[in-house]
Amino acid sequence: MNPYFETFKMRAEAVGAEVHRFAAKPEALDFILHFLREQDIGGAPPSYAVWANRDFLNDAEKQSLSSRLQGLRFDVTRAVAAEAKVGISHMDWAIANTGTLVQDAAAVEQRLVSTLPVIHIAVLREHTIVADMPSVLRKIDPKRSGYLSMITGPSRTADIERVLTIGVHGPERVIIVVVDGIGGA
Amino acid sequence: MRKEFRQSIATALNNPNLTGALGRFSEAYRVSRAKAYEGIDFEAVRDQIAELKSYAASHLDLLADEFTRNAEARGAKVFRTNDPRKVKEYILNLAREKGVKSVVKSKSMASEEIHLNAYLEKAGIEVRETDLGEWIVQLAHQRPSHMVMPAIHLTKEEVTEIFNKGVEPGQQPEISRLVKFARAKLREKFLQADMGITGANMAIGETGSLVIITNEGNARLVTTLPKIHVAIVGIEKLVAKLEDIIPVLTALPRSATAQLLTSYVSIITGAVPNTDGTPKELHIILMDNRRTEMSRDPKFKQALQCIRCASCLNVCPVFRLVGGHVFGDVYTGGIGTILTAWFDELKKSDDIQSLCIQCGNCVSVCPSKINIPELILELRRRIVLEQGQPLAQRAAYRVVNNRRLFHSLLRTASLAQKPFAKGGLIRHLPMFLSDVTEFRSLPAIAEEPFRDRFKKIKQPKSQEKVAFYSGCLIDFAYPEIGEAVVRIFNKAGIEVIFPEGQTCCGGPARYSGAYEVAAQNACDNIAALLSQDVKYVVSACPTCTVALKKEFIATFESLGREEELPRARQLAAKTIDFSTAVKELVDKGRLTFKEGKDLGKITYHDSCHLKRTLNAHEEPRQLLKKAGCQLVEMYEADMCCGMGGAYSLKLPEISAPILERKLVNIKNTGATCVLMDCPGCLLQIRGGLDKSDIPIAAEHTAERLARELD
Repeated sequence: MNPYFETFKMRAEAVGAEVHRFAAKPEALDFILHFLREQDIGGAPPSYAVWANRDFLNDAEKQSLSSRLQGLRFDVTRAVAAEAKVGISHMDWAIANTGTLVQDAAAVEQRLVSTLPVIHIAVLREHTIVADMPSVLRKIDPKRSGYLSMITGPSRTADIERVLTIGVHGPERVIIVVVDGIGGA
Repeated sequence: MRKEFRQSIATALNNPNLTGALGRFSEAYRVSRAKAYEGIDFEAVRDQIAELKSYAASHLDLLADEFTRNAEARGAKVFRTNDPRKVKEYILNLAREKGVKSVVKSKSMASEEIHLNAYLEKAGIEVRETDLGEWIVQLAHQRPSHMVMPAIHLTKEEVTEIFNKGVEPGQQPEISRLVKFARAKLREKFLQADMGITGANMAIGETGSLVIITNEGNARLVTTLPKIHVAIVGIEKLVAKLEDIIPVLTALPRSATAQLLTSYVSIITGAVPNTDGTPKELHIILMDNRRTEMSRDPKFKQALQCIRCASCLNVCPVFRLVGGHVFGDVYTGGIGTILTAWFDELKKSDDIQSLCIQCGNCVSVCPSKINIPELILELRRRIVLEQGQPLAQRAAYRVVNNRRLFHSLLRTASLAQKPFAKGGLIRHLPMFLSDVTEFRSLPAIAEEPFRDRFKKIKQPKSQEKVAFYSGCLIDFAYPEIGEAVVRIFNKAGIEVIFPEGQTCCGGPARYSGAYEVAAQNACDNIAALLSQDVKYVVSACPTCTVALKKEFIATFESLGREEELPRARQLAAKTIDFSTAVKELVDKGRLTFKEGKDLGKITYHDSCHLKRTLNAHEEPRQLLKKAGCQLVEMYEADMCCGMGGAYSLKLPEISAPILERKLVNIKNTGATCVLMDCPGCLLQIRGGLDKSDIPIAAEHTAERLARELD
């Protein structure tokens, strides 16, 4: 058990993210599918979700998911992401004491699905949660990843009368799916 | 002060939306900022920031070269220039070359500094601000009134009106719907734009990275969707190492918006792929615009440490009344005044700098440890050097510099005021002076100044002596405070001497930029106060204490008068404020209070100089409690009362509403008396209470303590 998980969850929820934790990948995938159905993904068009997979899912898993839910797409393009309701991407680390997700986002697909859709599902391996910013910066080398993203809760503004309003140019919901278990799939 | 400027102050003060919004914000900010910093050692963090930014400011060339090398190795193009015009030309040429028709921008103060939008628009390119506040301000053809919250001066109704006129009719004043509308409208612009322009919060030398933070997520879109990304970076944004971003990312969100971290932090290093697989065109413009020159100025170099959190605006008693359209230009508030003087021109900061009341609130919250009030004084000094002192002021200072003439004038005034004085206060002055008393009564000038009364005090002879420095207010308006001080020291068996040659502390001259006058005052006082060997020089006026303890030295340093420094330091070492001195005597058991007294509820007002410059706030409180007072803390006890010396005469329209707030806070405690350590604050607060017929007494701590000593 990662000692930083509880702090991470508390801090992330405090800034309006939703945190769900699963013991293994199948449960996590079931949750995501269930959530997407609830969002009426695959229903009246255009209602689809777009998944910028890295190495989380193998081809068989992708096929299986696509067959279980129409409207789930893995072909991330700018046009697809701009029309999608939900975007799913993968995080590399998380910072417990600010509830922050950290991602090597040099691959533009990872950014498209986490900036354009209204809902962002962020998939995170439990063991990658670290204590604080210094810990994560020790793992990062900007010279090797041209675009590093830190995401702390949903997009927000207080520019009109200082009233906090969620969901401006980025997602209005950030759903963090934490998956236990060390190592690959 | 220009007439239009004076008019703009009046307009702001009469705008209840503005003063209401800023007032509520400043109150909420204090609480939320404190909460955001829970568990963080603010002093340690700001030491780190000051150190790393100061290092960067001393090595701008080195870091710029390193940054350029590293960013270019990763596919960026870096262009460095001192000239704002060349920045604009570079961007326009690039836009023309690439056939750019529309630009989306995320927030960039550097681009505002050079008025980039107007320049590009004139060349036929569409430019859209995408930060919500910036977009609103752009649509309204205004400029941001706050560095972090550009549209804080507008209500939702006004925003609705701006959207209806500038974008699409039919909007309703409901904030969540206005935000959704902005999202939809700007989304189209993001997807169409050919070029994205950003600023950067930091630029890291060792990696060639840009660090950009936002809450709305617009910078992520600006740097992802268009194929060309231009970043305009003031070279003071350079830091040496990746780890340097830690303290800045710790302080900036907490100080700016009371967040632990902003929603998005992007670290961009070189060119990344576009959405169509082509590499991004990344152009980074390192803009100097006098920053290097500033880094070579021993006084102003520290201003390059600023991380643009705007906390100096949020805690400023003046900013919360008038806002950034009056107090500032492109950059707003205290730091904005300084940046305006450098990035624009000194002359342009002339009116703005006069708004600073020198309370020092900003110094205690600045995460970069910039002494903003001190730099504003330095601006004043340079403006006076450049433009000369106004004639009337010059005449006044000639008088102040001649102690005998000054004092004899005060004595004459004491006679002349007779028809207007009643019970020690003047409620009304004849016509031409009435502005000055409109919001408060003024103390009558004493018939017999302290320097005359002192001679009649019978003191016990003692080997142990302290010198008393009265300052003008105690000498000529409140001699009874001076008498109380003498009584207290006598009780402890200490004899008080009053060196006759002492004169004005030079504060008024210094605060007006007349450093030569202040230096002459300093010389006269040093001669008088060091003429006899005493352990302490005690003052019951914190402003005078600060003058003796710090400012004589600072004034001589500014003027390069090295030869005066040793004696100025000698005086500084002996100088002590009244409450700290008395607390020492009480702690040693040399003074005791009458037993079992219940003096009822009182409240205490912290004087700016005592709390923030001399760091004494517990001492007077403990003394008053020991004497038997029940201390009820007022809201914002350490907020300026609006006096600020000559400030209240120069800008009574600002001084009055600051005082009004203070009086409300005093009243709300239910105390029967408000105590303070500064005769200046006493003038302001006692005068305000009298004028508003509020039956609460106002006293100097010395007066109260003198009555309660055993």
